Amino acid sequence: MTSPVLPSLKPGRHNLIPHLVVAVGIAITAFPLWVAFVASTLSNPEIAQAPMPLLPGNQAVANYGEALVQGGRSGRILTPPVWEMMLNSTVMALSIAVGKIIISILSAYAVVFFRFPFRMAFFWMIFITLMLPVEVRIVPTIQVITNLNMMNSYAGLTIPLIASATATLLFRQFFMTIPDELVEAAQIDGAGPMKFFRDIVLPLSVTNIAALFVILFLYGWNQYLWPLLIGTDARMQTIVIGMSKMIDSAGGPTDWNMVMATAILALLPPVLVVVLMQRWFVKGLVETEK
Amino acid sequence: MERKVVYPQKLLPYLLVAPQIAITLVFFFWPAGQAIWMSTLLQDPLGFSVQFVGLENFEAVLKDPAYLATLQRTFLFSFGVTALAMIPALLLAVMVDRVVRGATAYRTVLVIPYAIAPAVAGALWLFLFQPSIGTIAYPLRFLGIDWNPRIDGTDAMIVVVIASAWKQIGYNFLFFLAGLQSIPKSLLEAAAIDGATEVRRFWTIVFPLLSPTTFFLLVINITYAFFDTFGVIHAVTQGGPGKSTEVLIYKAWYDGLIAQDLGRSSAQAVILMVIVIGLTVIQFRYVERRVHY
Repeated sequence: MTSPVLPSLKPGRHNLIPHLVVAVGIAITAFPLWVAFVASTLSNPEIAQAPMPLLPGNQAVANYGEALVQGGRSGRILTPPVWEMMLNSTVMALSIAVGKIIISILSAYAVVFFRFPFRMAFFWMIFITLMLPVEVRIVPTIQVITNLNMMNSYAGLTIPLIASATATLLFRQFFMTIPDELVEAAQIDGAGPMKFFRDIVLPLSVTNIAALFVILFLYGWNQYLWPLLIGTDARMQTIVIGMSKMIDSAGGPTDWNMVMATAILALLPPVLVVVLMQRWFVKGLVETEK
Repeated sequence: MERKVVYPQKLLPYLLVAPQIAITLVFFFWPAGQAIWMSTLLQDPLGFSVQFVGLENFEAVLKDPAYLATLQRTFLFSFGVTALAMIPALLLAVMVDRVVRGATAYRTVLVIPYAIAPAVAGALWLFLFQPSIGTIAYPLRFLGIDWNPRIDGTDAMIVVVIASAWKQIGYNFLFFLAGLQSIPKSLLEAAAIDGATEVRRFWTIVFPLLSPTTFFLLVINITYAFFDTFGVIHAVTQGGPGKSTEVLIYKAWYDGLIAQDLGRSSAQAVILMVIVIGLTVIQFRYVERRVHY
């Protein structure tokens, strides 16, 4: 246990205040989530009677069941059943996470453990992708996707988002710290580069891979603009898009209980991944931002 | 830093970098090059005639009062999001650092919003602020405040700022707490023995030592407000009412894909690109210093 940064000169007097402030902070943070959860268990007339109740109602099974199997509606537009959209989101998040980890670990391995012409040119080509988020070059990227006939496909949904340098940089940094002696010893034992990669480098990278996986899963699951443009077909819709389409932006009636049930279902997987893999998440966050 | 021991293979490294280079070429360099090229062209909306106009699109964009208004709005929005995401995070980090016990549990709860999609966060806050039924809008109306983010631009801006900042507090908290916990305790104890008050100790010791973290977070939060809040704005206000919540990234997207003004949209994309490069350079230059604490 570490001692606090600001040791109080009068112990006892200040012990309550920090707890209180933190409690208020947490209450504010959690409040929208609680209200959303409560709304997802109410009927629409119950939500409409202001002020809305702040304790859960008895419609949870009905609402979640309807959302999962039938989907919601906004005006006359029906959104696909949530389970279908969650499947799309899962495919997207997993493909981005796994795809990015694989291509990044391979290219980082090449850049660190080999000397070859254009090595640094390749490295800078990868590095420069940091400068331009997909949102910025959206119009021409869509044209490329159209040209390649990748609209409304999982490939179109995921591959363009895989091209980014953060994971490569992270692996490169980590590979630099592997001692030369280890590489020499492997070479003396006659291990070729791929054997060294499989038997030494990969096992050593497990923590980094886990950390990156959490960050990238989140990144993929929470994407908005890209799936909005690529998944124009309802069959390709992700849950985040589906949820936002259920809100009637024209100001017409919105089935808030359905929207909130869908929102809760949409946020559950990424939140679970973060809470369950917290240690790796924090590690990945701190290291990728460096 | 370079390795001394490497493998001699000639072909293998090319095979290993090939997948990433291929994807980068097709989905990054091709469209990015297109964006820069299109920013110098004038095309009619149907694509029948194309004319090279050099930097005219940039001139037109930078002289356009609507663009300048969006620029100003984006700064206001980013300032709001950054301040609202960082100040409470610092306060919470200082407090959690003092209670020590339970820090992990607090961290878990506070970081949850970071895992939530911006569009979903937007929906949650939009619901709370719904004029007729919202749990927060209700007491506002009760107090006689005429609240309607569907009609009033300021109200809409408040909703998108709060939703965007809410998401980011846990992230900032995480970094502030790590920064606080790595400050040498002996420094503070010495100051305490010398009779420095708690507030004084914070401003003269803790805050300066925390400045690399603060600066890093400042850059990250500005980048976030500029580029990652598209989902919040699109899902909650669609840039409206009027143009009151339209920020740069939203305008570039709107002008390009909805209004089909490719030249100007590309010029805007290139301007945004310059902003990102600037922010990234600053980040990399100062990131090394962050390691000092």
